[in-house]
Amino acid sequence: MNQPLLEAINLSRTYKLAKGSAGKGKAFRHALVEMNLSINTGDRIGIVGESGSGKTTLVRLLLGLDTPTSGSVEFKGQTLISGKMPWLRKDVQIVFQDPRSSLDPRMKISEIIREPLVCLGIDEDHDARIDEVLDSVGLERAMRDRYPHELSGGQRQRVAIARALAPRPGVLIADEPVSALDVLVRDQILELIAQLTDKLGLTLILVSHDLSVIARLCNRVIVMKDGAVVESGNTREVFDRPAHEFTRALIGAIPRLPESL
Amino acid sequence: MSLLEVNNLTIAFGDKKVVDSISFTLEKGSRIGLIGESGSGKSMTSLAIMGLLPDTATVSGSITFEGQELIGLSDREHSHLRGNRMGMVFQEPLTALNPLMRIGKQIAGPLMIHKGASLKDALGSALELCTKVGLPDPDRVLRAYPHQLSGGQRQRIGLAIALACEPALLIADEPTTALDVTVQREVLNLINTLVDQEGSSLVFVTHDLPVVSIMTENIAVMQLGQIVENATVASLFQAPKHEYSQRLINAARVAEDAFSGTGGIK
Repeated sequence: MNQPLLEAINLSRTYKLAKGSAGKGKAFRHALVEMNLSINTGDRIGIVGESGSGKTTLVRLLLGLDTPTSGSVEFKGQTLISGKMPWLRKDVQIVFQDPRSSLDPRMKISEIIREPLVCLGIDEDHDARIDEVLDSVGLERAMRDRYPHELSGGQRQRVAIARALAPRPGVLIADEPVSALDVLVRDQILELIAQLTDKLGLTLILVSHDLSVIARLCNRVIVMKDGAVVESGNTREVFDRPAHEFTRALIGAIPRLPESL
Repeated sequence: MSLLEVNNLTIAFGDKKVVDSISFTLEKGSRIGLIGESGSGKSMTSLAIMGLLPDTATVSGSITFEGQELIGLSDREHSHLRGNRMGMVFQEPLTALNPLMRIGKQIAGPLMIHKGASLKDALGSALELCTKVGLPDPDRVLRAYPHQLSGGQRQRIGLAIALACEPALLIADEPTTALDVTVQREVLNLINTLVDQEGSSLVFVTHDLPVVSIMTENIAVMQLGQIVENATVASLFQAPKHEYSQRLINAARVAEDAFSGTGGIK
């Protein structure tokens, strides 16, 4: 088999806790414990788990935004070193949960999308590229001169997606991309991510606490609990025949609509 | 006489109507869900009932509760009902609880204010309430501060405070939105059981259709400050009359179908 695109090798991250914050004796939090994960080009991986399960810690490490306590992350065989990442950022981009905080309120939409093109030294006509990504996320070009506060929540998340896609990354990481959005808008954004993943042949890493979001977009799922993987596999198989007790509890807890009771 | 009658309730900030002449009634012991997206006016409606609207809001119409008109009550008059005849559980228990006060005193508060209980008696009742809302080790919990408890435990405390004085009406505004799925389920089950046990009426506010459909028998669908449809859960799902209800149901179905493998984008 070929080398995986993105690989976590015995990845651990332990946080030191402030004194006294966790009662007696417990001064460390093991957010991620010896995690192994390999992601191949074209994979669509869903990461599911409850708060504190280590999902976001994993994402930060995969993005090179944090340094592992032990173990490593490799992208195309190269070990990530936090903070020295411009080469990685061309290939691996992120969409965060809440576009209200991930978009700079003082920048126009065009400047927001232009920023990665400039910072990463992308050699192409930036204005043309901005128009192109605005088109592909379904925003009018006239949005260029608007500010984030003038946009709706869904439009803002479209801008965040446009910014992520502007440098033509191969990997898109989305950390709870729709949980800050209203139900009907949520649908549209999921549809957009699905469509763009297909069209651009992206490798997708999607973090969500919502199993239906994972079911819609991902062919592989990883269920995390307390910093470790409790179960992983083909999304349909895991959801239809969950092997681990925790996965069963997650699935059982989802409120169902009346007819499906 | 219904427990709660809301008639042509309108709430505006300046020229902007956030609730636009809505009406609904709630009988003693029954439940209604207010569902809608952000900006639909569902939370403003529940705040109006509790008398917690900001001073800048102008309110017209009528809300009668146990035969008493609530609109026009002074804050002092309203406070006799709040936490006493009507209790409220908020979305985020971390901000709803006082971070500087031990849990015991926070549960004891309404009992001392409304029932004239002594601190000692009120703390005794608080201990029972902790057990009632399913908190293990209630002695420890009463001495704890909010930050020492988990999200689910904090929301159970929120429920204990709301139910301390055995209110006729419980308003739960997105009570499980901040919680993990498995904890959400536990808290929903708890609200179900306690509301049944106490014979309280319930106003359940949420954006989540599957959640509300397991909590109430009636659902009022709100959009842009108006109730566009008010129906039983069964008839809403079988034959939604309003286009917006239809869209909400479709969105919930798409999610559920994707999950159960009968639909999805792939």
